[in-house]
Amino acid sequence: MLSFIVRRAAATLMVLLVASFIVYNLTAISGDPLLELRASLDPEAQFRIQYLTEILNLDVPPPIRYFYWLAGAAGCLIGSCNLGIAVSRGELPVTEALSGAVASTVQLVALATVLSIIVGVAVGMTTALRQYSGYDYTVTFFAFIFYSLPIFWVAVLLKEFGAIQFNRFLAEPIIPTTTAIFIALGLAVIVTGIVGGGLKTRVRAFVGSLALSGLLILFLNLTQWLKYPSIGTVGVVLLTLLAAGVVLLLSIGFGMRRGVIIVAGMAAVAGAMWLPGQYFFFYVSGPLGIFGWIAIMTFIGIALGLLLGGDGRKEIARAAGITGFLSGIIMVIDEALQYWSQYISLIPIKNGFISTIGAVTPSIKRQENMWLDLLDSYAHLILPTAALMIISVAGYTRYSRASLLEVMNQDFVRTARAKGLNERTVVVRHAMRNAMLPIATIIPVDITGLIGGAVITEQVFAWNGMGSLFVRGLNAVDVNLVMGYVMVVGLMAVVGNVIADLLYSALDPRIRIS
Amino acid sequence: MAKKRETNETQLNREITIEQRETEGLSLGTIVRKRFFRHKAAVVSLFVLGFITLLAFTSVGTVIGGSGSLVVNPNTGRLVVDGFRIEGWWHYNWYENYDVMNQGGRPTMDLANFTIGEHPFGQDTLGKDIFARVMRGIQQSLIVVLIVGVLSTVIGVTVGAIAGFFRGRIDSFLMRATDVVIILPLLVVGAVLSRNFGGDAVSLAILLGALAWTGLARLVRAEFLALREREFVDAARVAGASNFRIIFKHIMPNTIGVIVVNATLLMAAAILIETSLSFLGFGIVAPDISLGQIISEYNEAFKTRPWLFWYPGLFIVIIALTINFIGDGLRDAFDPRQRRLPRTEGAINDLKKIIRNRKAN
Repeated sequence: MLSFIVRRAAATLMVLLVASFIVYNLTAISGDPLLELRASLDPEAQFRIQYLTEILNLDVPPPIRYFYWLAGAAGCLIGSCNLGIAVSRGELPVTEALSGAVASTVQLVALATVLSIIVGVAVGMTTALRQYSGYDYTVTFFAFIFYSLPIFWVAVLLKEFGAIQFNRFLAEPIIPTTTAIFIALGLAVIVTGIVGGGLKTRVRAFVGSLALSGLLILFLNLTQWLKYPSIGTVGVVLLTLLAAGVVLLLSIGFGMRRGVIIVAGMAAVAGAMWLPGQYFFFYVSGPLGIFGWIAIMTFIGIALGLLLGGDGRKEIARAAGITGFLSGIIMVIDEALQYWSQYISLIPIKNGFISTIGAVTPSIKRQENMWLDLLDSYAHLILPTAALMIISVAGYTRYSRASLLEVMNQDFVRTARAKGLNERTVVVRHAMRNAMLPIATIIPVDITGLIGGAVITEQVFAWNGMGSLFVRGLNAVDVNLVMGYVMVVGLMAVVGNVIADLLYSALDPRIRIS
Repeated sequence: MAKKRETNETQLNREITIEQRETEGLSLGTIVRKRFFRHKAAVVSLFVLGFITLLAFTSVGTVIGGSGSLVVNPNTGRLVVDGFRIEGWWHYNWYENYDVMNQGGRPTMDLANFTIGEHPFGQDTLGKDIFARVMRGIQQSLIVVLIVGVLSTVIGVTVGAIAGFFRGRIDSFLMRATDVVIILPLLVVGAVLSRNFGGDAVSLAILLGALAWTGLARLVRAEFLALREREFVDAARVAGASNFRIIFKHIMPNTIGVIVVNATLLMAAAILIETSLSFLGFGIVAPDISLGQIISEYNEAFKTRPWLFWYPGLFIVIIALTINFIGDGLRDAFDPRQRRLPRTEGAINDLKKIIRNRKAN
């Protein structure tokens, strides 16, 4: 195992060295970094040219200069990185320029990836279960469209229409009756499609979801929820109950009475823990407060499952732990929303809530309040995340649909049905887990691809990440900066590939790595 | 004697499955064509793509050869493109400025009244006709798609076939070379390369084609590794066939499905990569135009002149979508595993049953 990892990593590092040599030379000959200075009539320019030539070794031909650079980069292995200085960024060391950029790109990509995996896999698998239904055709059609969208076009459209229109709507957020009817009807059609089944089930699903979404919209309008969003104790209990339902559906099912009571009981626990949570968030600040509280809720779930679980205590503890984890997240969101009106009053009026440019609002940053910062960064993340998601989701939908269909046609699924298991068990226990195998191995590779591919999104939304670093570096023929970017992306690709291999062998015992 | 043989055959017929009976006695080409034409979206896409290609090339004409730069014709004093110009039926071209009409160059096309007007897609601030520009952009983007598709298929298939067939050292060398290309995002390497060699459509297409073959090479290699162990390859070798003949006559036809499908999907990706690079300013740059370059050029003007932005983007989506659908149709045609079975349950069948029962009563 260890020797496999070492050999694999060594081989890909060699590949990375060759790739970096090629890119270094190509970047170095792509232009003249001193072009502006040479045209300048300023007497200072001569000194500047001399200085830069010396510090960047510009008098050495690029293939040899690469090894100077490599000598500095090799220092990373012993803990003293020297990737040179970025002339286009005011002679900032490349390592410093990179560290900030990597953090902000990861922040941008992380949320988009997590959401698109969840949404994509859920949609893809439901379409596979309802193959050749109207729902399947519609989703497939939209997946194809999303797959064919150029991201720069979508990003600009989102920025101009999504943000500006939605901000105007948020100023006076009352959903008009006709729109409400359309939304409710649309949701009902989607739900009916997912539920499927015979005429009776469909009519029931249609009427039920229509009534539910209608009531929800009425509630939103009457309480002006969109203007003053909050969750509160009741909301926490209800949302945790919903999360418990989803967790139960995907894990132990509704057959085990003890399990259902414990997992659903987490909703009551969450309600009871709401007030202590308020004190906790007040006294424990910083990320520790957020993660601490989520950990506490998870722990409560696991402990309850283990203590009261009886025979199936392991499975019940796992399900209850996941529910606790989700309820912790819900309570964190609840806490952040309590700062909503303060946040709205602090941001510049003309911006509106959904921000189109950059990563932070300066006036919020000055408040030095973690919860306001949290709201602020999510307000800035909405649009770029949506742009990145549209394309990723389409890919995951296609993958997971094909993958589940492949598994559902296999013999062991027929055997599982034949021995009388109910449909939920067949799908969740037997088919879905096997269908997740190929998807799990795509994920690491996909994440590295997303980080490299965020170039355009960052450009459109003026996000100071790796992509804009690369574009600026390439335009200024700043070889060191470009190489810094290339090394980070390349290393991520190496790590992503190794993780994918390991994941595959860990998840599928039939595959042995050697 | 003859009668006995017949019964044998009918017995055989009974044993083969429905799928086999459907394709019995047909060549691979016929089967694929039949299945492809059953995929409605793919067929519609094929027609739409053909129509767009025809429209783009006949409307504004095209230029063959030459440097593609704009020069002033000494006889007429007008701007012309260097190279052999074939005129089209549209009365404007993509490089000249015209008088701005219709309140700042708004589009004159009105679908409700079926009128096209002088400048159906509008004009930019200089008065350039956007319809002509978009048509020229489509031409260039299609040329990029075609060259990338052909070039990367040829390279990918060759590399994959050699690596998979000969295995050993050649295989590991070729696969490491593939890794060198694949380790960095195509967009990044493409941007660096096109600053050196790019600028116009053909050179950008060639360098993208030289980079985009990696996925196909891996797939073809995997197919070859599996197929070279089959009996028919041994039979061919015993019969004295050369390696070259085994690769091209015996194994390659069996991988044609994988090759065709992935080449198509690669072409759909190529148009998105080309437009993205041009949008960033690293791909096709002025005076040459492509759909991505048009969007990049007018990006700032979105608030005041949104139509400069709508049409090029719309055509990118349509072209990528049609190619993707064609690829899906080809996949269905070549890979009959995911078959469509008639549905026996569902709401519509329930409705039918209710109606039937009512009639019976």
